[in-house]
Amino acid sequence: MIDNEKQLVEAISEMREEEAFALAKAMLDRGEDPVRVLELCREAMDIVGKRFEKQEYFLPELVLAGEMLENIGAIAKPLIQEKSGAATKKLGRVLVGTVHGDLHDIGKNIVTFMLDINGFEVKDIGIDVPVAKFVEEIREFKPSVVGLSGFLTLAFDSMKETVQAIEAAGLRRELKIMIGGGQVDEAVRTYTGADAYGSNAVAAVTLCRQWMPAVE
Amino acid sequence: MGDAALIAGNAAAAYAERMKRIMDAVELRQPDRVPTVFYTMFWHARYGGMTCRDAMYDYDRVGEVVRRIVLEFQPDTYALPHPMTVFGAIMERMGYRQMQWPGHGTDVNVSFQYLDREYMKAEEYEDYLFDPTGFYLAKYLPRIAAEFDGLGRLQNLPGQYYIGLILGMRHYAHPQVTRALTAMREAGEEARRMLSHAAAFGKEMADLGFPQAQGAAANAPFDYFGDNFRGSKGIMLDMYRRKDQLIAAMDKAGVFILRQALAAGAHNPSKFVFIPIHWAFDGFMSLAQFKVFFWPSFRTLLIGLIDGGLIPMVLWEGDCTSRLEVIADIPRGKAVYWFERTDLARAKEVLGSVVCLRGNVPASMMTTGTPEQVDACCRGLIETVGRGGGFILDGGIGIPDEAKTENVRAMFEAARRYGPS
Repeated sequence: MIDNEKQLVEAISEMREEEAFALAKAMLDRGEDPVRVLELCREAMDIVGKRFEKQEYFLPELVLAGEMLENIGAIAKPLIQEKSGAATKKLGRVLVGTVHGDLHDIGKNIVTFMLDINGFEVKDIGIDVPVAKFVEEIREFKPSVVGLSGFLTLAFDSMKETVQAIEAAGLRRELKIMIGGGQVDEAVRTYTGADAYGSNAVAAVTLCRQWMPAVE
Repeated sequence: MGDAALIAGNAAAAYAERMKRIMDAVELRQPDRVPTVFYTMFWHARYGGMTCRDAMYDYDRVGEVVRRIVLEFQPDTYALPHPMTVFGAIMERMGYRQMQWPGHGTDVNVSFQYLDREYMKAEEYEDYLFDPTGFYLAKYLPRIAAEFDGLGRLQNLPGQYYIGLILGMRHYAHPQVTRALTAMREAGEEARRMLSHAAAFGKEMADLGFPQAQGAAANAPFDYFGDNFRGSKGIMLDMYRRKDQLIAAMDKAGVFILRQALAAGAHNPSKFVFIPIHWAFDGFMSLAQFKVFFWPSFRTLLIGLIDGGLIPMVLWEGDCTSRLEVIADIPRGKAVYWFERTDLARAKEVLGSVVCLRGNVPASMMTTGTPEQVDACCRGLIETVGRGGGFILDGGIGIPDEAKTENVRAMFEAARRYGPS
């Protein structure tokens, strides 16, 4: 890696937002390959994700890193001529949503973001998602993992109903179900019939890696 | 002595006994047994066969159901339900936008939910810092309630003086402004109606021997900006992009929050100030960030409340284990720390000689577990955390809305059955 490339990765991973954007812009202005710039961003995100797992970074760093990625992406992506070679292979599909009755989305958004930067193809279907909508989206998107999010205690029943509906639709054997958010713990996992629960976004990534090891 | 007087006499004695039990716990003495609180958001709706919508609108019915609960479960103290949840009609008249509630975005059987949005733009810190009240009146209020749109015309009040002030009276007759002022008056009348029901209910319960668990409410300055102004994403970015402004604004807001809580607490029969803490948990920000962004302005607030003769009742949501050593820095026996998911045995080790602890039967157990599990959990808490005093038994978030009645009963009975080992 040449010096300015190293600098860009370091600026992003060390949370120096203005410097990161200026470096990326200068590289693009010089005519360097926008695909390469985005690759460097992804490398930096890898470092950010690892630091988050080691509890050196927390949510503010994830959010700021996400902003840097978005802002650099906004100037780099229009410069990409053709898609050839740029498409990176994804590890597997994850469908994520907040169960019906619950309008909370912060935890779900963080999980979506973490799975995405860790190479999974994530579809986020929003908040207050009816049971039937989950079933329909699973049929269409064919995920290997479904993540049910909920902050309120009312979500326990909504999660249970969603798991049961997925089972009734005959889709359960083809996927794993993980739950998380607010009060969720092992007791709630048992109650809902989900395969696993996670208490943070790192746990979600770990579970998905365990469940989708074969896909390289 | 007639029967009524005997009952009243007994009730007064019961009230005094309950207060003593609670204050012994708060002041870190060993009470005769571990005290309990009845605190919930909407569990009484389930218990009383009401919808959440009823629980947000029907002043009398809420009182009637909570009275039945308190008499059945005999907690030592209870949180007055009206100011916590029964404000649907007030919000309606305001056109309140920061929440969705039954009939206004959520189902009649679903609790109200706060909407995490950006209600103040990042570049508006400067406006807030220059003139918080002006910003509040002209920018903030019109954003958070539909009926307050016209208040945007009431800007720059200190710029109106002498004859300019006299002529400035015209603003108050502008159709948009009068519409907003009318809505405020009508919402205010509704609020007074609700609060008079609340006061009557509180008096009735006091006459039956039950003190209130909380009076005024407050928030940590970080939560105040994160929840009500910048939204969670906004405030996380501010920690990097606008650190100095955020800290200055929190210091400023802290003064207003403290003044408001002192004023509200002075007229309330309960000296406990309820402070739910949203963004302090371990997974949210680092300990180093907590020490810079969260704790200093919050500690100032706590000390201000204590100096004002009030008792902060702080609900530390989530798991705050890594914060325990830092938050130990408050005067001894002057507050309650209620922990939602922090291990109370660990909290007892660090904080046991400083502050009364409250909690924390897991919400999942209250909702999906059995009475035997709840009993065993409470027994464990009473025997370990209750040792030497300084402990109030409760759920992690009080009684969850979907808790099973037999589990609620098991929790309150455990406090009477077990003592510290």
